[in-house]
Amino acid sequence: MSTPPRTLFEKIWQRHVVADEAEHPTVLYVDLHLVHEVTSPQAFAGLAARGLGVRRPDKTFATMDHSTPTLPRHLARVDAAAEAQLAELERNCAKHAIPLFGLDHEHHGIVHVIGPELGLTQPGRTIVCGDSHTSTHGAFGALAFGIGTSEVEHVLATQCLLQHKARTLEVRVDGALGRGVTAKDVILAVIARIGTGGGAGHVIEYTGSAIGALDMEARMTVCNMSIEAGARAGLVAPDDTTFAWLDGRPYAPRGAAWDRAVCAWRALATDEGATYDRSVTFDAAEIAPMITWGTHPGMGMRIDGRVPSAESVDDPADRRAIEKALAYMGLAPGEPIVGQRVDVVFVGSCTNSRMSDLRAAASILRGRRVAEGVRALIVPGSRRVRLEAEREGLDRVFREAGAEWREPGCSMCIAMNGDEIAPGQYAVSTSNRNFEGRQGKGGRTLLASPLTAAAAAVTGRVTDPRSLLAS
Amino acid sequence: MQPFTRLTSRVAVLPVDDVDTDQVIPARFLKITDKVGLGDKLFADWRRAPSGDDPGFVLDRPETRGARVLFVGRNFGCGSSREHAPWALCGWGFAAVVATSFADIFRTNALKNGLLPVALDEVAHAHLRALLDADPRAEVTVDLEACVLRMPDGREASFPIDGFARRCLLAGIDELGYLSSLDKDISRWEAEHG
Ligand code: SF4
Repeated sequence: MSTPPRTLFEKIWQRHVVADEAEHPTVLYVDLHLVHEVTSPQAFAGLAARGLGVRRPDKTFATMDHSTPTLPRHLARVDAAAEAQLAELERNCAKHAIPLFGLDHEHHGIVHVIGPELGLTQPGRTIVCGDSHTSTHGAFGALAFGIGTSEVEHVLATQCLLQHKARTLEVRVDGALGRGVTAKDVILAVIARIGTGGGAGHVIEYTGSAIGALDMEARMTVCNMSIEAGARAGLVAPDDTTFAWLDGRPYAPRGAAWDRAVCAWRALATDEGATYDRSVTFDAAEIAPMITWGTHPGMGMRIDGRVPSAESVDDPADRRAIEKALAYMGLAPGEPIVGQRVDVVFVGSCTNSRMSDLRAAASILRGRRVAEGVRALIVPGSRRVRLEAEREGLDRVFREAGAEWREPGCSMCIAMNGDEIAPGQYAVSTSNRNFEGRQGKGGRTLLASPLTAAAAAVTGRVTDPRSLLAS
Repeated sequence: MQPFTRLTSRVAVLPVDDVDTDQVIPARFLKITDKVGLGDKLFADWRRAPSGDDPGFVLDRPETRGARVLFVGRNFGCGSSREHAPWALCGWGFAAVVATSFADIFRTNALKNGLLPVALDEVAHAHLRALLDADPRAEVTVDLEACVLRMPDGREASFPIDGFARRCLLAGIDELGYLSSLDKDISRWEAEHG
């Protein structure tokens, strides 16, 4: 009997089913559990209250990223509450023998940056973290999704999760991306089309020639924002690009084990003839640099377009949403977005803080100055990224342009550590959420690619990055 | 966890779609190591007392005092996975949220805290909204045994809920007990897959 053709998702799912009893959710095994300081203390406290231990500390890794300072360590302290949270994670990791990549560790960084760069993130694995952007790791063909703190406790105790099987959504992007158009623009275009709830109940698999042509860091940018379309996870089938990127990473298999692993990983790709529950397709050539104008990531537009008006849509609820968002953002309907004043530029976050992102920003900032009155913050995703950027001299490019070059962390993506924008200010940010107040109470966020963010830094205005690219 | 069977209450109406968990509980309140004290911070950046013509934020109006049901639009709880969102909603006193749809992670988190996500179809949702607009002090009954929401005019609307989560809520037990009971199966899986 031949097995029916299966999708990548189906293959990973089936392999990890521990139990599937009638009238119960499926019990799914977790290969890798990543932990950070903000969503774990209550889970560890729950374990202690029940007298339980951590089942597999060898499959659990912790870092500190959300409420950590990005100024040099000896100068920086966020506040007493943040310090207490960090101390709590240190205590919990020591008690349960969980490896912790603390602030001074060579592996320190944002949880979704360090998992891949250490080779912990591998094709075919199930990966969870108490953080919605765990979808990032799907770029390697791993089934990776965010969970709440109760579920963090479940995984610590049992290495398993109760799950209902998601449906599959194929997002197919064919063709070649234009000059100045990046992975960030692709995913913002996808979310603008399918909406912030468009992927609910689904796992997305990104397919098509434009996705296959992306490097690993770009694939991570795409998968990272799957959650902003409401999807639990995003996946890209592992291929030679994936294997080349992983080879030699600290936790990647070596020697004969590497060869066996690659052989198994090659078999993960969706079979010919397998079907998805839904599919949507995009023409890469039609995607322009994107920027958001509103208060959720689905409110995105071409940078050369005009801010939408409430009259442009029929649904009364959508109309109210546009009016509410424009009022918060202080933007006028029907106006071009190019030329909008910018106060702050943030290049960083688990979406866009890797080497290729910093190189893109530097390509625009090199030999130019950050505009008068604009504050530009460049925050690498990890210590490794920071060191590599410094070896390449990117830190000098940023400093000479007048930008701030920081220690790694989430920083202004979530504004828990003192890096924040003031009420009413406009920030062009490479992060993933433009919700009201996300980057500081009353602050206004426009999400864009590192190229677009850097272009805004040098002009002090929203600017089409294509106008500044070397030809 | 308190068992949830049936609840009759006034309703706080927040007719907004795509409410993200950053609004439910802003990130600056996440630097805690326990679950208490978040109720006061619920919707912190949207709170506003009534004054003059301004009716104020829904939680600050006298007619919603003591309401245990929150009425919202579609895709409630999108964005961050923070379980602080249901902790804050429960801390304020809510026991059910009525919407047309919920974000996946929020729904899971809510159920684990005894907060019932009630997803109504568009017609029932619009009907309830009209009744509540006409009488902001009207009461609804959420009946988890029957999986039905009873409106102020007596009309009933059913809502879907996962059978296992429902049994846990009705009994007031959490799901970790079931997972822990499968220890043998988990060990077997580990032995087979390394
Ligand atoms: S960078 Fe932002 S989105 Fe990513 S993990 Fe940190 S806070 Fe979350």
